[in-house]
Amino acid sequence: MEPLLIKVIIVIVLFVITLLVALYATFAERKVSAIMQDRIGPNRAGPFGLLQPLADGVKMIMKEELIPALANKWLFIIGPCIALLTALMTGAVVPWGGPIKIGDQVITLQVADLNIGILYIFGVVSMGVYGIMIGGWASNNKFSLIGAIRASSQMISYEIAMGLAIIALVMTTGTLSLNEIVLQQDEGWANIVIQPLGFLIFIICAFAETNRAPFDLPECETELVGGYHTEYSSMKLGFYLFAEYINMFISSAVIVCFYFGGYNFPFQHELAELLGLSSNALSIIQTVFMFGKVFFFIFFFMWVRWTIPRFRYDQLMTLGWKVLLPLALANIFVTGLVMWGMGKI
Amino acid sequence: MSITLIIFWFLSFLALISAAIVVFAKNPVHSVLFLIITFFAIAGHYLLLSAQFLAAVHIIVYAGAIMVLFLYVIMMLNLNKETEPHKKPLIKFIAVIAAGLLMLTLVAAFKGAEITVVTAADPSIGSVETLGKVLFKEFLLPFEVSSILFLAAMVGAVYLSKKDLN
Repeated sequence: MEPLLIKVIIVIVLFVITLLVALYATFAERKVSAIMQDRIGPNRAGPFGLLQPLADGVKMIMKEELIPALANKWLFIIGPCIALLTALMTGAVVPWGGPIKIGDQVITLQVADLNIGILYIFGVVSMGVYGIMIGGWASNNKFSLIGAIRASSQMISYEIAMGLAIIALVMTTGTLSLNEIVLQQDEGWANIVIQPLGFLIFIICAFAETNRAPFDLPECETELVGGYHTEYSSMKLGFYLFAEYINMFISSAVIVCFYFGGYNFPFQHELAELLGLSSNALSIIQTVFMFGKVFFFIFFFMWVRWTIPRFRYDQLMTLGWKVLLPLALANIFVTGLVMWGMGKI
Repeated sequence: MSITLIIFWFLSFLALISAAIVVFAKNPVHSVLFLIITFFAIAGHYLLLSAQFLAAVHIIVYAGAIMVLFLYVIMMLNLNKETEPHKKPLIKFIAVIAAGLLMLTLVAAFKGAEITVVTAADPSIGSVETLGKVLFKEFLLPFEVSSILFLAAMVGAVYLSKKDLN
């Protein structure tokens, strides 16, 4: 097959998988919250309530579409589109599994192996702010505007600590390509061993970037009604909510690639040798492990949401600027010192 | 026409049109949004010149950070109504003459310029590795000195944002 055709197929498969995972993440969220609160959760639609996400989706589409009379119509529509678009774009640089060989062709399970992969993710994430800001502003509603400003200032503040946490990782790995970071973890240790503090800062920032509890300040019923999507209804609201779950999925995948060895698992080559697996079979098992790790982190996101109460807004800003930022800088400094001591620079 | 040339023309067209709309749009928020599109088109040009790092940083810094601050200011100051004040005819007349003179200078400056095709000697010239080596080996001192500029700006911002300056 032609390389371009293969890429198109990978893009479509990734698109469908991302949407499916996000769809069932909404269902999982309700089930997880139900278990944590000693309830049963959705169980009416289909066996074990498995058709619930479809019912939710149909409901979202069938709801009346409302655009406020004084809203800026085009920007009101573009807002949720940007939110969903940027959420879907980040998955392009994540390697989902080892290479698969068909005949003499090698297919990498990755849409694009950019040598600036980390910067690409940052660029797209920083675009995600616009979906929220444009939507909140175009609604022509004070609550929406305040919610949008809250959300975007939160995202920008935590982007800095996140970037600095990654710089320490880039220092130890020496590359900006996600594929190479994953391959390096196959040969050596997973990066969590080398960068434990960096991981902690990164995952806290990932919670803030996805606007998830305990940092879900943008939505605050008692102060802001629905936050930036107060005026949204029907599928446009669905886009915003859906983008949050896609972001959760992709940031889990990025965390796994950065700190938990990506698609690698311990003793994989020994196992392959022991069972006499071909490299293709190993790649498939690796992909299964990759998704297993990602699903664990999605569960972790939900676990935290239903365990920890939310922060107050000033506490959130204090944590971002006065705790995480100095910690991330100290992490870079210590990483540099240790690398210098080991003679790596 | 090669595909690169088509992309080049498309990006140039997009950059010029959206830059023109930035100036002509009455609503400041629209201006900011079209400025973001202009930045994207220019980042596309960087990619065509195989300067991926520059393109990514351009998007992150300009479109991702600086324009968000612009939007903040516009939203906070509630400039979103079409409240552009009407200028006096005399000021308009002076502006037209000044812009005409600028155009004349530019045309005179570019008249003698030769159009030559430059082929990059090394396709990896804009990659992160090359750029990092140049910055940290050849231009280390200017690079580090420029960071003091940022530090000074940061200290200034913190000082100004203090509530009581005593």
